[in-house]
Amino acid sequence: MTRKKEQLLSFVALIVLAILTYLAQNYLDNYKLRILNLGAIYATLGVSLNLIFGFTGQFSLGHAGFMAIGAYTTALLIMPPMYKEMTFIIEPLIWPLNVLQLPFIVALLLGGLFAAILAILIGLPVLRLKGDYLGIATLGFAEIVRVIANNIPQVTNGALGLKGIPQYTNLWWTMGFAVLTVFIVKRLISSSYGRALMAIRENEIAAEAIGVNLTYHKVMSFTISAFFAGIGGGLLASLLTTIDPRAFMFIMTFNVLIVVVIGGLGSITGTVIAAFLFNFCLEYLRPIEEGFSLGPLSIPEVPGLRMVTFSLLLLVVILFKQNGLMGEIEFTWKGFFRFLSRFKANRPMKGEGM
Amino acid sequence: MLRVENLHVHYGGIHALKGISLEVPEGKIITLIGANGAGKSTTLRTICGLVEKSDGKIFYRERDISSLDTRERTMEGLVMVPEGRRIFPNLTVYENLQLGSFMRTDEAGINKDLQWVYELFPILEERREQKAGTLSGGEQQMLAVGRALMSRPKLLLMDEPSLGLAPLLVKEIFEIIEEIKNQGTTILLIEQNAYAALNIADYAYVLETGKISMKGPGRDLLNNDEVRKAYLGG
Repeated sequence: MTRKKEQLLSFVALIVLAILTYLAQNYLDNYKLRILNLGAIYATLGVSLNLIFGFTGQFSLGHAGFMAIGAYTTALLIMPPMYKEMTFIIEPLIWPLNVLQLPFIVALLLGGLFAAILAILIGLPVLRLKGDYLGIATLGFAEIVRVIANNIPQVTNGALGLKGIPQYTNLWWTMGFAVLTVFIVKRLISSSYGRALMAIRENEIAAEAIGVNLTYHKVMSFTISAFFAGIGGGLLASLLTTIDPRAFMFIMTFNVLIVVVIGGLGSITGTVIAAFLFNFCLEYLRPIEEGFSLGPLSIPEVPGLRMVTFSLLLLVVILFKQNGLMGEIEFTWKGFFRFLSRFKANRPMKGEGM
Repeated sequence: MLRVENLHVHYGGIHALKGISLEVPEGKIITLIGANGAGKSTTLRTICGLVEKSDGKIFYRERDISSLDTRERTMEGLVMVPEGRRIFPNLTVYENLQLGSFMRTDEAGINKDLQWVYELFPILEERREQKAGTLSGGEQQMLAVGRALMSRPKLLLMDEPSLGLAPLLVKEIFEIIEEIKNQGTTILLIEQNAYAALNIADYAYVLETGKISMKGPGRDLLNNDEVRKAYLGG
């Protein structure tokens, strides 16, 4: 298959996705839309975490911190000044944030940018660490962000959080940024930068010996990852319309980490699939909590049974698919048609059998 | 081509290199032999900038390279084949070789060198789409050497290329090292397999607990009684 044909197919797929997005946005109820939106936001977050963790091999647990920065930046920039006045009841919001109101897209990009700048500052010293130590350091960073957010009420409204954030986020925004993230990360991975990143993941000393600039590549990967984490945080803030520091506890990073590990470290396709699966599962497991009967066995209403079931599902996946659902495999058109042709080849044989 | 003067290295409180001086002339194979812990790898790693020296000077092509980091030294053509086949196991053989030419931009030259590496190691061409981690030990060592060659080194630093290889493969690897030299690359070779190393070396240094205890042309050391007793089994 030629490159041109593949590009055409991707373009068609993009249009189909746009039509589906249009239909979903206009005909689905709010509940289902919310799940799809969360899925798309998790795809953005997951793919960005996969860049630094899956492809570059740097164990970063700071995603919630970058999300918080993106979320607060976006929220503060899109809230109308009147709302801000009503929200900040303990201490008034500092100038110029109290009068500033920007378009959603500008606010989102600024949120991402702010997260990225912080990533450079944090990354330069911290990315010298390796493995678990890096994990702890980045985790510490995320906690610092949260604690600071809790303690500067003149900017973040402290533990009360921000309420009444305008809900600009819809499926167009979330899907759009998910596609953009996948596109940019995919392009990056296929470039010589991407090869250098994977070389770092595979073996740092060997990578250095062939002339890869470790610091530069690690920090770049970390920064791009943080940028999309910030955007994901901004999208989330405008979807939920309310944020507070507790929303960005370690569990937030952990959710994204689950998505990446279940999908497959080093597989963008896997991450996207896992992002939607994760959110679907969390919601559609709800009936379990309402009590049900399995033949003679009847299970009463147990709050929390949903999470038990979910954890069991995670265990099963990790037991039987150690490398995640997709491993390191990516979706390609070539692979897709090979997959289809397998069905075609099978069909006549079935016919003969009958 | 490379001159090391009075090199000292400390690992914390341990004085690993105690004033080493050696010289690598262009177009030759120079070897550094010695027992475990004598400081062979440390010397090599210091020369390519992976370990920081505490004293001494390193001149590469008549220039003090102390201020350059590993990457810059690689750009200057000072390339290391790290010990223990540090290849990229989850990338294909072809990708590994491509990464060797990471610093280069001359497409035509890269392709030419790729063909040369495939000529030196035909097995690598056969396995080009295979993940490097699935190669045998000897093949991985060949890949590590091939990858280093892809960056078109002027001086190739090899750390124990025969480590853990079957005797037949050791012979093959050493033949290829000579072939690489004949193509115009200078080689500094570190080996525990003293016999094989001394056989191909133009000049050799014997390292003992951080000091150079003996030096001389490879053949001379091969016939030297002390060397025979200490490293060649009598």
